[in-house]
Amino acid sequence: MKDFNGKVLFLDRNDINTDEIIPARYLTEITKEALKPFLLEDLKLDGFDVEKDIDDTNVIITRENFGCGSSREHAPWALEVNNINIVIGESYARIFRQNMFNCGMMAVTLEKEIVDKLFSTFSGSATTVSTDFQNGIFSFSGGGKQLEIPFSISSYDKSLVEAGGWVDYADTHYK
Amino acid sequence: MGKTIAQKIFEAHLVDKPSDEINVIKLDAVFCHEITTPIAINDLKKRGKNRVFDSSKIKAVIDHVTPSKDSKTAEQAKIMRDWARENDIKDFFDIGENGVCHALFPEKGFVRPGYTIIMGDSHTCTHGAFGAFAAGVGTTDLEVGILNGVCAFKTPETLKVELTGTAAKGVYAKDIILHVISILGVNGATDNVIEFTGPVIESLSMEERMTLCNMAIEAGGTCGICPPDQVTVDYLWPFISGDFSSKEEALKDYVKWASDKDAVFSKTIAVDITDLTPVTTYGFKPDQVKTATAMSDTKVDQVYIGSCTNGRIEDLREASKVLKGQKVSPSVRGILAPATPDVYRAALKEGIIEIFMDAGFCVTNPTCGACLGMSNGVLAGGEVCASTTNRNFNGRMGKGGVVHLMSPATAAASAITGYITDPRKYI
Ligand code: SF4
Repeated sequence: MKDFNGKVLFLDRNDINTDEIIPARYLTEITKEALKPFLLEDLKLDGFDVEKDIDDTNVIITRENFGCGSSREHAPWALEVNNINIVIGESYARIFRQNMFNCGMMAVTLEKEIVDKLFSTFSGSATTVSTDFQNGIFSFSGGGKQLEIPFSISSYDKSLVEAGGWVDYADTHYK
Repeated sequence: MGKTIAQKIFEAHLVDKPSDEINVIKLDAVFCHEITTPIAINDLKKRGKNRVFDSSKIKAVIDHVTPSKDSKTAEQAKIMRDWARENDIKDFFDIGENGVCHALFPEKGFVRPGYTIIMGDSHTCTHGAFGAFAAGVGTTDLEVGILNGVCAFKTPETLKVELTGTAAKGVYAKDIILHVISILGVNGATDNVIEFTGPVIESLSMEERMTLCNMAIEAGGTCGICPPDQVTVDYLWPFISGDFSSKEEALKDYVKWASDKDAVFSKTIAVDITDLTPVTTYGFKPDQVKTATAMSDTKVDQVYIGSCTNGRIEDLREASKVLKGQKVSPSVRGILAPATPDVYRAALKEGIIEIFMDAGFCVTNPTCGACLGMSNGVLAGGEVCASTTNRNFNGRMGKGGVVHLMSPATAAASAITGYITDPRKYI
């Protein structure tokens, strides 16, 4: 299973699309690793500096409809090769969310009030999260503050994360 | 309780329910292109699973960057070619026969009412115009589709968009769908199928229905769907005449997929298009829509007519009506990319290509190219493009470039004046 712990990057905007996560001009790459330098290159967001903010980030916290637009799985891959295996937000585009779990990664949905609370409590200070996958609990800590937030994903999504993705699962079940 | 089109299709294709809300469905077709498929192919090879579930149900094309523009795109194309040969995929379209997937595959008769289709491309929703369930997926889902002919989806809910009224002169399917997206918002239909119904749909051609369904994803929709009817049958007749004794028989068979009268929708919105005027987008999201007139002080550097949204023959006809006898503004680069070789051929025959060339347009081969900022018309930073494509995301057609989405007629009018222009004075 992948690692869902580490340093948090806050992206305070709705509708961050897959062209912003990984621009189409890099879709000619045929390895995941080659996408590494280009993550979030076209993201327009006040206070976000693509040169500095991605290094050693492991978790993204964001708002509504993250990953809308193109179906490119290059978006989760660009995150994955930068050691980001989990996004926490208010909602996701369908294909992006499915791609994340298909790769054994997580796109976790929390209520808007809770996401608001995470932004107001931690945004601006160095924050880390540790994830208890089995019990569904995030433990956030940063700027001298701590918060425990419960989360849930469906049993099906859980089995994809545990299986390490959809290909092996499907080829065993639907041969 | 009645059922929607999507519910009927899911029931007829259900293979397994690994959990309450997840349906694994059998696929009637898996479409492939050279941007998202090569990584799936390489992964299958790495796993020792270089096989396909049914070579007759896989349709593949090299369309995004063709002919290849550099070593990397040449490599992607080569992986596709070798794989198609190794797996005996007969419906594989390469140089000379290739065109934009969502225009090419319907033209070849690969889509039928009641079908389930996936492709590693978000605009796969286009094919719902035939009353099919067609959804964009990522590379992993595509890989499993190729290998096992199945895909997992949440139980679909359907959002109904009922279109009434009559389109005014200069208002096209593109204006209607941009207007609908501005009402729904970019995630207004997430996890929903958008079913387009009402008298407006009945009056639209298959090409126009495809333009509508093509942009369902821009409101977050899994698929756009139009109920199959006589127009569907007439379009498909050359491909299905061996399967049915008459068009009446075909129609009788196809309408069984239509939503029942008492079907349950997650939401219904009614949109009267009578007062709609030609529109365009501003900003970087497809739900940011204004009238073309309100945007008339926006100067454009490039006009692009093509793509899976508006690169079909009807689109070229409408644009050529505007361009006939006119010249492209000296400050504008006009680019026409007919979506498929058959569109190109028809446009040549009808004298449309000549009208575009006389006006000063450059005509490229059928390809996605500039639509996603890959080739054949990439924008420089700060440049503005009036485009018939479907995405105005930041950097979509080139880093730092700005895209305004509009109908082919509005794009053509904008090419003449050099500013975003309401096309009505030219038609
Ligand atoms: S024309 Fe544009 S939107 Fe359509 S399939 Fe090609 S790249 Fe995608």
